[in-house]
Amino acid sequence: MGADGAFRLLGRPAPRTEAARLVAGGGAYTDDLDHPRQLHAAFLRSPHAHAMIAALDAGAARTMPGVAAVLTWDDLSGVVQPMETRHGAFPGLVSPLQYPLANGRVAYQGEPVALVLAASRAAAEDALEAIDVAYEPLPAAASAEAALDPGAPRAHPALPDNLCWAGEIAGGDVDGAFRDAALVVEETFRFTRHTGVTLEPRGLLAAFEPAAGTLDVRISHQQPHQLQTYLARLFRLPMTRVRVLTPDVGGGFGIKMHIHADEVAACAAAILLGRPVKFIADRLEAMAADVHAREHIVKARMAVDARGLITAFDVEDRHGLGAYSVYPRSSTMETVSAVRTIGAPYGMSAYRARMTAVFQNKSLTGQYRSVGHPIACTVTEVLVERAARARGEDVLSFRARNYTPVAALPLTNPAGVRLMDLSHAACLERLEALMDLPRLRQELADGRAAGRLLGLGFAAFVELTASGSEAYGMGDVAVAAMDTVTLALEPDGSVKGEASVSEIGQGIATTLARVVAEGIGLPAEQVRIFTGDTRSAPHGGGAWSSRGAAIGAEAAHGAARRLRAAILEAAAVLAQTVPDTLDIIDGAVVDASGQARFTLEELVQTALFRGYEFPEGRLPQLAVSHQYGRPQDRAIPTNGIQASLIEIDPGTGLVTCLNHWVVEDCGRLLNPLMVDEQIRGGVVQGIGEALFEACRYDADGQLLTGTLADYLLPMAGEMPDIAIAHVETPYSGSVLGAKGAGEAGTCAAAAAVLNAVNDALAPFGASIAETPVTPVMVLNALAQQAAA
Amino acid sequence: MSGEAHVDIACRVNGEEIVDRVPARLSLVDFLRHRLGLTGTHVGCEHGVCGACTIVLDGRCVRGCLLLAAQADGAEIETIEEASRSGRLDALKDAFVARAALQCGFCTPGMLLTSAELLADMPAPDRAEIRAALSGNYCRCTGYHAIVDAVEAAAGLKT
Repeated sequence: MGADGAFRLLGRPAPRTEAARLVAGGGAYTDDLDHPRQLHAAFLRSPHAHAMIAALDAGAARTMPGVAAVLTWDDLSGVVQPMETRHGAFPGLVSPLQYPLANGRVAYQGEPVALVLAASRAAAEDALEAIDVAYEPLPAAASAEAALDPGAPRAHPALPDNLCWAGEIAGGDVDGAFRDAALVVEETFRFTRHTGVTLEPRGLLAAFEPAAGTLDVRISHQQPHQLQTYLARLFRLPMTRVRVLTPDVGGGFGIKMHIHADEVAACAAAILLGRPVKFIADRLEAMAADVHAREHIVKARMAVDARGLITAFDVEDRHGLGAYSVYPRSSTMETVSAVRTIGAPYGMSAYRARMTAVFQNKSLTGQYRSVGHPIACTVTEVLVERAARARGEDVLSFRARNYTPVAALPLTNPAGVRLMDLSHAACLERLEALMDLPRLRQELADGRAAGRLLGLGFAAFVELTASGSEAYGMGDVAVAAMDTVTLALEPDGSVKGEASVSEIGQGIATTLARVVAEGIGLPAEQVRIFTGDTRSAPHGGGAWSSRGAAIGAEAAHGAARRLRAAILEAAAVLAQTVPDTLDIIDGAVVDASGQARFTLEELVQTALFRGYEFPEGRLPQLAVSHQYGRPQDRAIPTNGIQASLIEIDPGTGLVTCLNHWVVEDCGRLLNPLMVDEQIRGGVVQGIGEALFEACRYDADGQLLTGTLADYLLPMAGEMPDIAIAHVETPYSGSVLGAKGAGEAGTCAAAAAVLNAVNDALAPFGASIAETPVTPVMVLNALAQQAAA
Repeated sequence: MSGEAHVDIACRVNGEEIVDRVPARLSLVDFLRHRLGLTGTHVGCEHGVCGACTIVLDGRCVRGCLLLAAQADGAEIETIEEASRSGRLDALKDAFVARAALQCGFCTPGMLLTSAELLADMPAPDRAEIRAALSGNYCRCTGYHAIVDAVEAAAGLKT
């Protein structure tokens, strides 16, 4: 920061430092690493959604060429404990033990049953076919909707029913608001499961050194410290003997923030066999056994008074969370996240949400990009556009009237969400300019007059980012919401930093380096930040909840200011002056006249190699550490609005997204280039959610979408250009004022697309309240009108 | 596996003569990655959909996961390592870096090779043509917009 308080580096676009290596093919992802004598793991996975294992015979498999071992739970049980998900913030949470390998019963298709370790993956897969398992199928609990019906199949026969957790959030007089409403709009929404599909599948390389008793795990993961903590617990090892190291990570999106059963089993095998074990999930395994996300049925209604003001929401969410509550964070975070920001952009006097999360014989669900928020946003924004239409009013005018005004902030809304530093009206104004809305509306009218099925939809949003320690800490879950950055001067005057945030491609290491360079007074290239090794990086949160800029960067800034002070203190001793008369400009210590007194290289070499030059033993401390955890606000809310223009092909029912716009307020933009590309990537995941992506199971819990030919991902050819603009309302509770940005695109994109589809269908008197919107749904909607 | 069928192959990989005896079922991408240590080529789906394993075989982009190593006998293969070293991707690489057309980087080698093939076939493609050409390469991070920008920028430099 310059003397005038203006930033030199922050706010300017900067490409990711690691990009030059990655474009040259120099990436080092988990499967690119090998250890001598490593064994390759392949899992026998359950073909049944629910079955008892009457017998398992691995005798033939064990004798096959190259096979070192075939392991079952009985083999593993001596070295590792089963996983038990606890979260004190969910009273009454039912959480059956989850075993790294099945213990007599399988509860979802794809659950690991046995583990083969062999000289190659191919040899290991050969041996899988020779394992003889006698399954006794049980009725499968597949439907979330019917999960609590009398006589419904139970996902876990030992439990009385399929209820994992139920809760309620309520504030204000909901019944009164609906009684007095001039207009009530309601809908039942269905959100089909989907998943993150990281292009690099999950994988790890685990090694155990028996003499030292140390477990070393190289893994594609978002939270090395969380994983270190829980592996230490599961294997009863001191944390100093568990090292987790994340090499280049090929996408995370939340999928790689959990602890999957196969990962624990592979580590257990490394300990049992005393040989390194590599496990790389193939795509079928990934589709079947990566955590899924967002299976919800939401019944929601919204009350509007005679003035056209939203007064209340009343919501029931049914979340199908799969066979187990994911370890260690719990799948039930999803249902709370799915309801708590319903209505959040708008003033309302009353709010009620009842949540039930139910077990199913399906893969686990967990936190995936923008956890829950796309559900809340879709529910809210579909009802908002429906209410506007019912009133014969423009959808943006209706929103503008109902936005929580800046003057009302900060406030805690009836859903209990603390809101501050928001900019709804400014974002809407910016969006209208970005879209050139009058011209676009004319084009829309012209296109419709020419018979095209065009639709324009909007979605305003509030996203809760950068979760504070309350979210997990109050539930006694060992998840850090703080971060640490250590910095040290190298003998050449460069600054080496270690950060507990994780780099997973979002470019946070580059941004933190620039924060540090800014804070000390160095050129950006003089600082490098390293992440992802629990042996060197101090404890902290990693990558989740869009926290890198809002929390990690605050830690980096704090560390930079400490190191700056230490440098100036040391320089003042040598220059026989006081630190206040000195400054650091472009890597040199200058005096009040602007004269350079020392380069950092000269100063640090004096400290490290000629300490005797410092009088009275006043050796400077040129290595510092700073920990930052936000003392206030459970989350930092961000806001924005998206718009999408779509066209329906009446012949095929296909929906094409022609244009998409985003105006987002993530507070201070530390690196606009990284922010914009996070938003664009997130938007496309949201468009995928709206139009393509679905983990589909049949009624017996059989997965029907195990390949990328069945599970549709957005491709370049069918995605639109995405225009982005920003409003910057800095977070008032931090130095840098940055808020979370990485999930905002996903938060509202699906809602905007669904509203656009319904805008196109409105003249037909039809609407859709389910995602993904498939061509069949669209054709049915059009046919309904034709029939009528 | 003792009874496993093997095939003798001879091919050129990144200009180097390779003579090897490979399991008949070994995929070409596994051969390149695990036998030759060319880990710049990635494996995303193993069923020919995602494009992360794109390599250049006899001058055309192919999917390394849909070919067997045995089929490489007599072929000339180029992977991202040599395509990058040779300088032929420089304009694209610079544009990808400057435009942040990659995040995690896992799809990037395949995306670059496909983009280079597009620009060799079509020196000045428009955005729709770029999008169509890249539709066999999945990117889960960027949303594609920046990639299209980068290819457009690199094409502009070439023409």
